[in-house]
Amino acid sequence: MMTTDYIGKPTNRVDGPAKVAGTAKYAAEFNVPNLLYGYVVSSPIAKGKITKINAEEVLALPGVHKVFSHENVPSLAWFDRSYKDDVAPGGSPFRPLHSAEVKYSQQPVALVVADTFELARYAASVLEIEYEQTAHETDLSKHIDDAREPGGGKTGYKPPKSRGNFGRGWEQGVAKVEANFQHGAQHHNPMENFATTVEWLGDKSLNVYDKTQGAFNSQQYIMKVFGLSKDQARVISKYTGGGFGSGLRPQYQLFLAVLASLELERSVRVSLTRQQMFSFGHRPHTLQHVALATNADGSLSGINHFAVAETSQFEDFTENVVGWSGMIYDCKNVKLGYRLSKLDVYTPLDMRAPGAASGSIALEIAMDEMAEAAGLDPVEFRLRNYADYDQEQNLPFSSKKLRDCYHEGATKFGWANRNPAPRSMRQGNRLIGWGMAGGIWDSATQPAQAKASLDADGHLRVQSGSNDIGTGTYTIMTQIAAETLGLPIEAVTFELGDTLMPEAPVQGGSWTASSVGTAVRKACQALGEKLLKQAQKMDESAFADATIDDVQFVNGQLRLRTDPDQAVVLRDLVQASGEPRLEAENSKLPGMLGMLKPAQYSMHAHNAVFVEVQVDEELGTIHVTRVVNAVAAGRILNPKTARSQVLGSVVWGISMALMEESVMDHRFGRYMNHNYAEYHIPVNADIHDIDVIFVHEEDDKVNELGVKGIGEVGLLGVAAAISNAVYHATGKRVRDMPVMIDKLL
Amino acid sequence: MSTVIQKPLDHQPPSLPPTQSVRLTINSQESHFTVAPWTTLLDALREHLDLTGTKKGCDHGQCGACTVLIDGKRINSCLTLAVMRDGADITTIEGLGTPENLSPLQQAFIDHDAFQCGYCTPGQICSAQGLLNEGKAKTEAEVRELMSGNLCRCGAYPNILSAIMEVMDKDGLIMDTKEWSAGGAKPEMDPINS
Repeated sequence: MMTTDYIGKPTNRVDGPAKVAGTAKYAAEFNVPNLLYGYVVSSPIAKGKITKINAEEVLALPGVHKVFSHENVPSLAWFDRSYKDDVAPGGSPFRPLHSAEVKYSQQPVALVVADTFELARYAASVLEIEYEQTAHETDLSKHIDDAREPGGGKTGYKPPKSRGNFGRGWEQGVAKVEANFQHGAQHHNPMENFATTVEWLGDKSLNVYDKTQGAFNSQQYIMKVFGLSKDQARVISKYTGGGFGSGLRPQYQLFLAVLASLELERSVRVSLTRQQMFSFGHRPHTLQHVALATNADGSLSGINHFAVAETSQFEDFTENVVGWSGMIYDCKNVKLGYRLSKLDVYTPLDMRAPGAASGSIALEIAMDEMAEAAGLDPVEFRLRNYADYDQEQNLPFSSKKLRDCYHEGATKFGWANRNPAPRSMRQGNRLIGWGMAGGIWDSATQPAQAKASLDADGHLRVQSGSNDIGTGTYTIMTQIAAETLGLPIEAVTFELGDTLMPEAPVQGGSWTASSVGTAVRKACQALGEKLLKQAQKMDESAFADATIDDVQFVNGQLRLRTDPDQAVVLRDLVQASGEPRLEAENSKLPGMLGMLKPAQYSMHAHNAVFVEVQVDEELGTIHVTRVVNAVAAGRILNPKTARSQVLGSVVWGISMALMEESVMDHRFGRYMNHNYAEYHIPVNADIHDIDVIFVHEEDDKVNELGVKGIGEVGLLGVAAAISNAVYHATGKRVRDMPVMIDKLL
Repeated sequence: MSTVIQKPLDHQPPSLPPTQSVRLTINSQESHFTVAPWTTLLDALREHLDLTGTKKGCDHGQCGACTVLIDGKRINSCLTLAVMRDGADITTIEGLGTPENLSPLQQAFIDHDAFQCGYCTPGQICSAQGLLNEGKAKTEAEVRELMSGNLCRCGAYPNILSAIMEVMDKDGLIMDTKEWSAGGAKPEMDPINS
């Protein structure tokens, strides 16, 4: 028998056929007629000013239309607020081509626009620009003392809260550890380079195909900066070739492409190169200090976690690096601190599990050291310090199955067989190490809108202007809609990524499944009520006295719960209505009111990661041969796509632990490995066994669907677990990521 | 304070080379077009022939997103100029299958969820097809090694591996039955079915 219960079932991606056949179109792939190409020229200096742009020779080339620079950009919006996007941090946003001033290396300084990509690239390569260079500061380690507490300004940022008296907790501790940690800058590097194709429709009306994680965010930005109306600035983003946070803020190619289109009254495409993918936001270089102390029974008597991160000279990028340390374990005395140091770099940007990915490296390596100093197994140590409520906010958790993550993960991994002594396991010339760690991530919900419409053929179309950066949004929303109205999945189409659709927030923070999912659910429920009303209009309707609670939507039918034989086919209801389709939207109010209510629960997802490494004793090469990642993230809408999210997170964790770092040459203030050959990320041969466990977790408080989001939580603890495993294998404790051969020799 | 001049090392007065005509057989269809000689095969496909299934990830042969098949062999299309391939027989992702009529590899990639954002996917599939054509990889470790020219930032590697292994297994191409070490042990090789 057919069933329309799709939520929780492994389901193939509905956008799969388009992606594997190459018909899914990304931002740079809309080949509109009479298209011009823009190529960005990037600054070779990190600080100073442009003194001369010799554009004449380049402009003389047939087919070159214009060289845009600060010298000829028209007067645009004046106030900073016009340049602030939905997720902008506090400060004064960077304005491309605004003045002669150079604030960071690789800053866009000119845009060459020509008939073909090849011509624009060539012309940009021969464009002569003179600069006056001044001294720059890009080395965070030399500016720790300048660091200060960040100002406010970014939505959602709260300074970390200390509690109790860490000094006393530290004094009374019988075992103590204290260490410094660091990781370098990292760049998101989604596979798709940032690009925008602007289709000029005449009279300043534009279709903007943008690479972004939020079409509405891009739309707001160009409306404000260029004085466009909503109708003039339609932004479309149906497929996004990876984001990881890089597309949360509008990037400068959007500005440049829109500028060129409006000025030249032509369609224009601007694509960044892979090198230029290192010219905007990144996970900031961060230095951390953690001190832990335990009582005789192994309970934590004090936690101290302090972080210093880089930011730009013009914005205070803040993220929650240390706050988690006051939440994940039970401890009365917690001292937390977070400071920023302004450098001549671009403003950092949220990157997958921002803050938590960084903070969990330091805390979870320190926890491993503390467990050893306290003479306890790392899992047992964490269980002894299990937090049963959120001490940071003084709230109960809506649900927290971290204990199950520890138990199920450890069992699957075979943790009980671990010999705690370092260098106690080997296979031939390879030392074997087992390590573990864990993490915590917010489960947030944002206001979102969706529209559902059922046509007379029985096809349901649901829209919300959200995004799918590879997370599976298309698929899970289709599942939710199909199940809510009891339709076969083939009869449902979910559409996203267009500002003509109902508004949805940027795709980030692991909140899309909960926010847009709830909106889709409610829009479909509202449509269900309309269908019931239509059924009640029928002669001698069996539904005449039925309320929405008395009916169910199953197998394409509306039927009475108490008498399922009383059923009517949904498409017949649309046909009977005389309308081509019946439509409904979710109400805006509950989402908005929810935001204003004081929180009653602390809502978080958790995970525990178990890792095996093999380290070549002579060469120091490290192989991550086995990973078990146990995740408690509420209800899993689609175990297939959810598993892929966690697999990807583990690959990211391996990358953070062993490979990834944007290496700055401070003499030039420039990232030197700004390409895919030298910015190392794992390849297929680097990845071995990865096991994903979703522990059973029911949560009726987090949101109607009971989902917590899984885009980020799976990354937490992976890098720390690897470092801990390397210690177990070799006896060498590495607190400076990435762990590379030279740090083991 | 110091002055820095940004210009090419060997500065010649800017000038443009003449365009050239090229003939390619792409996905069994013959194409004639005229391009500047410095146009890569990748840009010719994407910008001149509107075959945007082939992706640009780095333009430097570092990521494999632009992989196509020339005479059945996989190649980074960003590392060859269109004019160098005059007369060649090229297969792109659009030539392997369509959404309505997917190739076995394309179907296996969907069944194993071997992609997320989908941007590296056409290159992965063309590369995997090239790997099958080569007939060199017989084990899981060899497949992993020989698929390592194709980056996937979403980290779908275990599923890419199991998708390819399934197609090879069906075609009887796996020689070595040694224990699998990625994408789950062999008994779990089958995709999760709904």
